[in-house]
Amino acid sequence: MPYQLAWFIWTLPVFAFLAITLVLRPFFNHRPHWSAYATITAIGAAFVLSIWALITVLQSPDHLLAVPRIEWAVIDGFTIHLGLLVDSLTAIMLVVVTGVSLLVQIYSQGYMHGDPGYPRYFAWMALFTANMLGLVMADSLLFMYVFWEGVGLCSYLLIGFWFHKKSAADAAKKAFLVTRLGDFGFLAGILTLYFSQNTFDIEALRTAAAAGAIAGTTLTLAAIGIFAGAAGKSAQFPLHTWLPDAMEGPTPVSSLIHAATMVAAGVFLVARMFPVFAYSETALNVVAGIGAFTAIFAASMGLVANDIKRVMAYSTISQLGYMMLALGAGGLAAYASGGSLPIEEAISLGVAVGMFHLFNHAFFKCLLFLGCGSVNHATGTFDMRYMGGLRKYMPFTTLTFVIASLSLAGIWPLSGFWSKDEILVTSWNYIPVWFYVALVTVFMTAFYCFRAVFLTFSGEYRGGEPGAHVAAHSTPGHEQSHMPHESPRVMLVPMGVLAVLSIVSGWINLSGGFSSFLGHSAESEGGWLQTLFGVFTHPLPFISLATAAAGIFLAFAMYNRKWVSATAVGRAFSPIYKVLYNKYWMDELYQGILVKSFLLNGLFRGAQEMDADVVDGVANGIGNTVVGFGKGMRRMETGQLQGYAVAIAVGLVAIMLGLYFWT
Amino acid sequence: MTVGLQHYVVLSAILFSIGLYGTLGRRNAIVVLMGIELMLNAANISLVAFSRYLTPPALTGQVFALFVIVVAAAEAAVALAIIMTIYRNRRTIEVDKIDLMKW
Repeated sequence: MPYQLAWFIWTLPVFAFLAITLVLRPFFNHRPHWSAYATITAIGAAFVLSIWALITVLQSPDHLLAVPRIEWAVIDGFTIHLGLLVDSLTAIMLVVVTGVSLLVQIYSQGYMHGDPGYPRYFAWMALFTANMLGLVMADSLLFMYVFWEGVGLCSYLLIGFWFHKKSAADAAKKAFLVTRLGDFGFLAGILTLYFSQNTFDIEALRTAAAAGAIAGTTLTLAAIGIFAGAAGKSAQFPLHTWLPDAMEGPTPVSSLIHAATMVAAGVFLVARMFPVFAYSETALNVVAGIGAFTAIFAASMGLVANDIKRVMAYSTISQLGYMMLALGAGGLAAYASGGSLPIEEAISLGVAVGMFHLFNHAFFKCLLFLGCGSVNHATGTFDMRYMGGLRKYMPFTTLTFVIASLSLAGIWPLSGFWSKDEILVTSWNYIPVWFYVALVTVFMTAFYCFRAVFLTFSGEYRGGEPGAHVAAHSTPGHEQSHMPHESPRVMLVPMGVLAVLSIVSGWINLSGGFSSFLGHSAESEGGWLQTLFGVFTHPLPFISLATAAAGIFLAFAMYNRKWVSATAVGRAFSPIYKVLYNKYWMDELYQGILVKSFLLNGLFRGAQEMDADVVDGVANGIGNTVVGFGKGMRRMETGQLQGYAVAIAVGLVAIMLGLYFWT
Repeated sequence: MTVGLQHYVVLSAILFSIGLYGTLGRRNAIVVLMGIELMLNAANISLVAFSRYLTPPALTGQVFALFVIVVAAAEAAVALAIIMTIYRNRRTIEVDKIDLMKW
């Protein structure tokens, strides 16, 4: 098939967006389902095309789908190209993004049923997906940056979808501003690279970095700038605060943001520009360090959250930290091995491990969020304290949720196990310090995950209090029955598909297929089945499995059997509990100290005074002088005609005398 | 006594000065107008005299004087009309009372 088809992958959802906003929403608003069909059709077609792209890339010898670029604008010798770069990395992302997005759209039909903003929702979802697809396909940083901001914009629109609710509007603003802060770093990184190499082209920049054309401080600064952008989108440590608040959006949006789009963009960006990182040890240490720290930091906050979606939000941040750690650790392999491993190998190792976790995470995290949505659909709340016992009412949701949780906790042989194990192995081999951090995080992950499972699904139903969340979700035609009930089939089918994927997606790399596709040829340990079980010939999987199992057991003991009272534990560790429950006061720190004290009272007030006193002073001073002068001068205009005539006569005489004497 | 250029110029200067006094020193708008006419005619005398004595065959000065007379007639018509209107509105033609166009 011709290469031009690749363009349709991201333009099809754009067409769906345009069709909904320009035609369906204005003229067929009484048939809201049409907009859902438009989005689903477009994304479905994009999914088919993505599969085609993946197959083409798989079959081509250099794992590249050649798409000629288009000249977009020429300004005085400076040419901006539009082009697509479809390599193995992009192809995998395309399939994940379109696949997950497709399932989420199908699910949304049920979840958003009856919402007055139904067409608007699907329009934005289509645009969101389109931007993400464009982002992964862009062949120049400039082009990518456009989509990068587009993703940010769409996340703003979707998080603030129920904008009449103040918390949602605030969360949207917060997400936009915080990620924007990171984007500033990204832009600085792009410009650093541009001024160094005079090109925005990703492939050229990767080659330049590998050839040593960019080196030293420039390289490190560029890499850290790019990482700042990635940290903003992927909610890494200092910029993570937007993500938990982003739960104010509709649950399928959270699902899409946290599985395949938005947050994956950051990890993808680092993977895409990884050669720039790999030649700077400092940058790699920053990536690995921030990643590992974020992993444990976010996981610790997830331990005490009561809102099921927030638990998943912290889990997302934590897992993204894992991916960053994987990238950093893989890149550091070249330095840690003392040069025996070439940097090119280390690059492909880091990308392969990081992307593998991204790939698996996309499925099980999407499923977890869809599960949260399903639970919310039934109980009308996100607060786990008011759930419980849903196993009886929602067996299918329970089953899929448990599968996803097992996968997230990293239990053999589900997908999460394989990628998490690879990350642990990589960090064990190359930066052991972070290995222990990652291992503790494994324990926490297993614990908070099953805390959510036990609180939600086991025990007795605790009534699903009609609190703040219900008001947001109370939709006409969706009456709240006394007992929760299973969600409609249109929601369950995507969950089922994702559950299967959560189990099997990790098996792709059993014989190293996934890694070698990304350029990392791992030493094959025999066939498929052999690896499936042979993994236990190493000690490390036992350690991680035992840790995860311990976490699950603790959750079981505290929240199912209640051998240990959760409140008693909370009281025993009350200072720690308080710190975690208040999210390390990061929001207060940002809001109170950074925004209020530093920005509002310091910088902005100073600027305001500067403006009011100095700038306005000069402007008003000039104005007042002119006005005063005019006030004095107008006294001369007496209205006495003869006075004017005298002035004319005297003036004439003066001129004549002047001429007489001086010529 | 032969009447020469000098006499005409002095006559013109005297007439101009009388006109200037009338324009600047009197309050009645009609008198001001008459002063202006006097000044115009003083200028006419100068024009004709200089033309007659300095460039005899050519009639440039005379022609110019004719133009001034025409303009003066038109001016007188307009000015009298304005004075009439002001008088109707304000019951006065004292120029120092007509000072609406001031600050």
